[in-house]
This record gives sequence, C-alpha cells and structure tokens, in this order.
Amino acid sequence: MDLIESYREDLRFARRPIARVLLGLLLAALLGLPWVAPDHLVFLATLVALYSIGVMGQNILIGYTGQISFAQAAFLAIGAFAFGHLRIGGVPFPLALVGAGTVAAVVGVLVGFPSLRLKGPYLAIATLGFGVAVYQVFVNVELLSGGRTGLAIAKLKPLFGLSAMHTQYYVYLLLLALFTLVTYNLVSSYVGRALVAVRDSDIAAEVNGVNLTRYKLLAFAISSFYTGVHGALYAQVLGHIEPQIFNILESLTLFVAVVIGGIASIEGSILGALFVIAVPKLFSEYRELVPIVYGVAILIVLMFEPLGLYGGWLKTRLYFRNWPFR
Amino acid sequence: MIDQMLQYVFTGLSAGSLYALVALGIVLIYRSTRVLNFAHGDIATVATFVAYSALSQQYSFFVAFGAALVVGAAVGVAFYFGVLVKAQREGANLLGMVILTLGLALIIQGAVVWYWGAEPVALPFPISDTRTYTIGAVVVSQLSLASLGAGLVGSLLLYLLVQKTRLGLAMRATSENLMAAQTLGIPTRMVLGVSWGVAAALSVVAGVFLAPALLLDPFFMLDPFLKGFAAAVLGGLNSLPGAVVGALILGVAESLTGAYLAIQFKNTLAFLIIIVVLLVRPEGLLGKEFKERV
Repeated sequence: MDLIESYREDLRFARRPIARVLLGLLLAALLGLPWVAPDHLVFLATLVALYSIGVMGQNILIGYTGQISFAQAAFLAIGAFAFGHLRIGGVPFPLALVGAGTVAAVVGVLVGFPSLRLKGPYLAIATLGFGVAVYQVFVNVELLSGGRTGLAIAKLKPLFGLSAMHTQYYVYLLLLALFTLVTYNLVSSYVGRALVAVRDSDIAAEVNGVNLTRYKLLAFAISSFYTGVHGALYAQVLGHIEPQIFNILESLTLFVAVVIGGIASIEGSILGALFVIAVPKLFSEYRELVPIVYGVAILIVLMFEPLGLYGGWLKTRLYFRNWPFR
Repeated sequence: MIDQMLQYVFTGLSAGSLYALVALGIVLIYRSTRVLNFAHGDIATVATFVAYSALSQQYSFFVAFGAALVVGAAVGVAFYFGVLVKAQREGANLLGMVILTLGLALIIQGAVVWYWGAEPVALPFPISDTRTYTIGAVVVSQLSLASLGAGLVGSLLLYLLVQKTRLGLAMRATSENLMAAQTLGIPTRMVLGVSWGVAAALSVVAGVFLAPALLLDPFFMLDPFLKGFAAAVLGGLNSLPGAVVGALILGVAESLTGAYLAIQFKNTLAFLIIIVVLLVRPEGLLGKEFKERV
C-alpha cells in the first residue's frame, strides 16, 4: 500500500524507487534503440512516438473530459497543411510545429462551441460532420491542398552527425517526452480535475464552480493542439501530403487507440499508439484483417477489460506485488 | 425552369426516400436503446453483398433480396443479444455501447473486404436506370421510381408495425419507459431484439436499392449512412415521422444544391444541416424532449 501524505507526494512522477529505476531503464532503452535496431524498426518507433502525441490529445478530450469527437482527421489535416505551408514559406521546424498546433487549436475552439450545447451521440455526429466537411474542403480547394500534386515538405536536416532517420527519431522522442510530461502535469493539476469533474457530471461540476464553457473549450483547444502537432509531425515523416491521407479511417484509428490503450490514462495512450502501429505491421500479409482485429479488440476491451491495455498492466502489476496472496 | 426544378425535386425525393429508410433504422434503435448504431451502414453493406453473391449464382432477385433481409436482420439481432446484452450485464455505459457498435462496424468492414475484396462491383439489378418514363415534364427513370416505392412501402410497413400491432405497442412502451414496460410484463429484451432486427432490415432495403446507382464496394454505405444520420437529426432523433420528413427534405436540398450551387459541395451540405440544426434546435423538427433543466 502506498499512502500519500502530502499533495507534493501525489504529484510525484515515479512514486517508488523501483519505478524510478524502471523508468530510467526504459528511457535508456529508447535512447539506445537506434544503435541496435534496424532502420525500419526505428521508423516504426518514430511513428509510435508521433501517434502517441495525437492519442494523448484525443484521450484528454474523450477520456478525461468525456466529449466524443470524430473530427480528429480534420485536425490532423489542418495541422499537417498549416505545417506544410509554413515550412514552404521558410519558417523553421519548431516554430512551424507550434504554428500548426495553434491553428488547429483555434479551429478546435470553434468546433468546441457546439459541445457546449450537445452531448454524447449528438456531439459525435456534429464532429463527424465537421470532419467530413473539412475533408471535402481540402479535397476541393486547391489553394489549401496544393492541388493534385499535394505539398512536398523538406526533410529534417541531420544534426550532430547522426543519420537523417536517427535525427528524426531523437527529435520525435524528445517531443513525446515533452508532451508526456506536460500531459501528466496537466491532468494532475486543477485543470485536469476540472476536466474529470465535467466528464463525471457537468451539472455537479458547474455547481462546484467549474466554468463549463471555459473548460470544455479548453479541452477542445488542448486536444486539437496535440492533434495538430501530430498532423504536422506525420507530414514531416511522410515528406509529402495530400488530403486523401486524412480520411475518416484516420479518426477511427485514433479513437481505437484511445479505447484499446485505456481511457483516461497517459501510459494507455502510448500503449494504444503502439497497438495501432504494430497491428497493421504484424498483419501486413493480411491487410484486410486489420479492421477485424481492431473491432474484436474493442469488443474484448469493453466487455472484459474496460481500462484497456493499461488496465491489464495494472492488474498484472498488482498480481505480482501481492504474490503469493491474491 | 420550373420543369427543370421539378426534375431535381423528384430526383431528390427518390434519393431522400432511401435515406428515410436508413434514418428510420437509426431512430428506431436510438429511441429504444439510446444507442447510436455506427454499424448501421455496414450491416446493410454485408447484406447487399450477400444479395450480390446470390444474384451472381443465378438465383432470382426475390430470393436474393430475401436472403439479404434475413442476413441483415440476423446480424442486428445477433449483435444485440450476443454483445450488447452481455456488455450491459458487465455494466457498460452508453458510451461503451456506442463504441461497441463501432467495433462491430470495423469487424464487418474487414470481413467484407476479406471475403468479397475491395474492388467495386456492379450489382446485377432487374430494374434499369436507363429505361425512363415521362410524366408531365419530368423524366423518371425506372430505378428512381422503384427507390421511391421501396422507401414509401418500407416506411408504411414500419408505420403499420409500430402503430397497429401489439408488438408495435410493446415497442412504443419499451422506448417510452423501459422499467415500466418491464414491470407490466413486456419481454423488453425480446422487443428490443426485434427492434434491432427491423432496423437492420430497413437499412438493407436501402442498401439493395442504392447499390445499382452507386457501385457496390465495402464502403459504399458510409455516405448514405451519414446522410441518414443527418436526416434523423434534422427530423429529431427520437421521432419516426421526423426521420422520414428530415430525409425527404435532405434529399431535395441536396439535389437542388448540386444543381444550382456547387456540385462538389453536395455532400458537405448534409453536415452543414446537422451542425446548424443541432445549434438552433437540437431536438430536431418533430422531436420532443431533450431539454435539460436543473
């Protein structure tokens, strides 16, 4: 049993010494990965890192605030194209990244306005509609999408004598670490508690002085910022973007990652991202089976393990911690 | 000018009547179980593919159509009893159940691609869309006439079922108040199962009649399904007549937009309608309830 005696302790990142050691080992393994693993694994790890950021953002919205949104592909597209245009205009990578996130966040606030009046399924449809509308705008307006040829994005310059692949991996890993830290602090701060309160009962939250308008819009803004950054990073990896990439299936993939990884958990978001990257790779011979695996995984998770992969990990940990007692 | 407009209105009505069938299914499930069924379109897809297989093995159209209806209804009922009821016993909440239907949608999509392939195929259909009749100044193809007929007959049958039979009474009671219906001895599980089956069958009818106009591929129902949603929201998610009215309005509005405004934004219109309706009148044209007061 770990008793928490102060607020400081509650906020601590790794509570027990062993957790600190494991975390250190994990980080060391991730840092050392490019030196031992072949390039295609490094590339996959890069993808997992950038998906984790998007899934985390989605989890803040769905898991912590309880607002279903199917507009993620739209924010991915907005982030990716904003990033593309900024990069082509000569803006450096970090600034373009922030710019892409900010544009997505502003649009996110606009989409968030219906969420003030809509709930559950109604919100899901409204956001789904928004996603499809944005998709069609990008497909039809050549000024935004760069026309039939799409936008080409320059590769990152290699740094410190590393190969281009390794540079990209380290940059993305750093960004993932940064976003993970920020998210941890966000959800354990008063903002996170306000979001959870909105999810559990918005009326009760409002009675207790949580400003619903502000926090719902904030959740949309934060989540779309993350998704915009995800879109930008994805565009950077692909090197070439066209609107067809960001179709409705992409929204579903992010949604599946949140549900399977674990609703309202940051570790779960990363596990979920790992899942949606690993499954298509493992089933690359049988591409058509991928949706079936997703669907079955959703059924299994919701019927037997509502907290997803992270819940499974918690249970395993508890089992070993209490061993030989049950 | 007027003639041309009438022509577009008729085209819109015939598309709208098929959207109405999809919308009716969505509303039927939504108002009895409060679940938005994301697998609605996909159930129709798999059933239409069954019809396609039967037709290409030289079975008559009616056999194929019947098989499609049975398969669609069976998938709906099986999902309700096999997954949703179980999940409810495990204590899944509403969000969980909606996500479950999403899971079913993914499974069906994968299965259809796996078995029938992702290449679009043409459904051999006995009613042609090139043979036309001229009524007044409006040119009517056989297919759009048949679609209109299918939509009307489907809606009428549903109306009779819900309003004039004992089963319909039980369905209405269950959707009004589940607890009270149970207390009065209505086998609510069975009634809800029937609702799922009927809803699925309605969307199968829409699927089979839409297939000749669109090409048959594993995702061909996504668009009509979203339109059905839009129509249901426009009419009010818990009102059956609302679904039909909403669908007809949507069909006509869409056809007129395509004709007079911009053809490439024809499909975006549905979602503009949803967003505006949800902001201005969330309960829809004919819907009731959905006012939250504290």
